[in-house]
Amino acid sequence: MSKLHVTTTINGDSREFLCEPEDTLLDALRNTLGLTGAKEGCATGDCGACSVTVNGRLVCSCLMLAAEAEGQEIDTIEGMADHDKLHPLQKHFLEGAALQCGICTPGFLVAAKALLDKNPDPTETEIRYHLAGNLCRCTGYDKIIRAVQNAAAEMRGA
Amino acid sequence: MRFEQPKTVNDAVSLLADADGLTRVLAGGTDVLVQLRLGMVEPDLVVDIKAIPGMRDITEENGGFTIGAAVSGAELGEHAKLVAAYPGVVEGMELVGSTQVQGRATLTGNLCNASPAADSVPAMIAADAIATIAGPDGPREVPVADIAIGPGKTSLKKGEIITSFHLPARPANASDAYLRFIPRTEMDIAVASAAVNLTLKEGKVVAAKIVLGAVAPTAVTVPAAADAIIGTALDDASLDAMAKACEAACNPITDKRGTIEFRTKTAGTLAKRAAKIAFARAGGKS
Ligand SMILES: Cc1cc2nc3c(=O)[nH]c(=O)nc-3n(C[C@H](O)[C@H](O)[C@H](O)COP(=O)(O)OP(=O)(O)OC[C@H]3O[C@@H](n4cnc5c(N)ncnc54)[C@H](O)[C@@H]3O)c2cc1C
Ligand code: FES
Ligand code: FES
Repeated sequence: MSKLHVTTTINGDSREFLCEPEDTLLDALRNTLGLTGAKEGCATGDCGACSVTVNGRLVCSCLMLAAEAEGQEIDTIEGMADHDKLHPLQKHFLEGAALQCGICTPGFLVAAKALLDKNPDPTETEIRYHLAGNLCRCTGYDKIIRAVQNAAAEMRGA
Repeated sequence: MRFEQPKTVNDAVSLLADADGLTRVLAGGTDVLVQLRLGMVEPDLVVDIKAIPGMRDITEENGGFTIGAAVSGAELGEHAKLVAAYPGVVEGMELVGSTQVQGRATLTGNLCNASPAADSVPAMIAADAIATIAGPDGPREVPVADIAIGPGKTSLKKGEIITSFHLPARPANASDAYLRFIPRTEMDIAVASAAVNLTLKEGKVVAAKIVLGAVAPTAVTVPAAADAIIGTALDDASLDAMAKACEAACNPITDKRGTIEFRTKTAGTLAKRAAKIAFARAGGKS
């Protein structure tokens, strides 16, 4: 079976790649495009480590075929910092020690950004529900929630 | 595996009708991709319906709503008018998975995956939702209640796809609600669930439909439970009678999530609570 040719926009840049029909978007990002920020924790939609946005909508890249990316706008963790300047979420995750091994972190950051883009002032409950699809096996969730709250406050200029 | 992204319903139907071997329609992919990855299903052809115009639209029609087959849970929840008219249908779909899953998962996939515990199905049946199906023999309309026929099995024929659902126009003072029981607060599969759709007149229930999930091979409609509350303002005696009727309609299994006894009792209790919520939403005072 010949490979499929996919043209897409990733972090604002037009990108083309070849994939097998059964490859997931996560496979293409990590193995073909060298964007290894999104992680594979489970490959079944449970852990959120593979989170990316497609046309601004938060999804698990392990639950999407690479071929479905044709013509779509994908944003990944690699596009979050502005060159050397970290996004407030990234900064507060570091400052608040909201990570240990870091496997879950890109997914949490992408998911938290998707929340703050829509709702700049979420309640703690809203943050917890929004992030229920992101699992962390080391840090515990409190520091992660605090980091999101602190980043949100900074972004609101509070 | 072959991947196709047709631009018309006719092309999708022909691809599926002409295919040899195993086929899968791809809506949000949140069931299909998991099954692919776990090797549970190895399709020869996957047909993505999301590039077909209209599949992602919600339109108001004859006072009701037509929902395209590829509309995601997140998109349903963002449609203020739909949420106001059918809060129970929307809350059922919104219980499916995480924010990430909501970004892709659809009512159609939830129905066609045909899990007995599918969260959006009871409220869709309670709402008298109609599925529009396209197929090699032309389109047909089928009540959602007649699509799933057993765990993992649907009544769709080879080459047929669901193109949209229609939720009928609502009379004044009508609303719905859906509740499920899970051992956690998020991200789990229903142990039992109940949807209640009702219409009030002068403070009393004049029409009702009660549908249970996860307590039988498919969602079950319980006419006797509806009869128990029609003509009442949901006093305790009629709610108890309704719960009894629900329990009598249960035919669950025992598994690691719950026993037959627990599922049966829980279904009745959830139906009571959902009825009270739907009643209040429809403007009823108790
Ligand atoms: C982490 C996670 C959590 C989940 N939690 C829940 C939950 O709490 N409750 C719940 O009910 N489900 C849950 N699910 C299951 C799943 O997300 C839902 O069943 C979802 O609604 C499926 O929709 P989809 O569009 O992704 O389906 P898909 O995967 O695209 O399709 C599912 C099935 O429907 C068929 N199909 C799709 N579209 C059509 C069509 N137009 N015509 C005919 N057949 C079609 C497909 O061929 C396939 O067999 C969860 C899944 C994951 C990964
Ligand atoms: S790898 Fe995608 S959700 Fe776990
Ligand atoms: S920091 Fe290790 S999984 Fe979250």
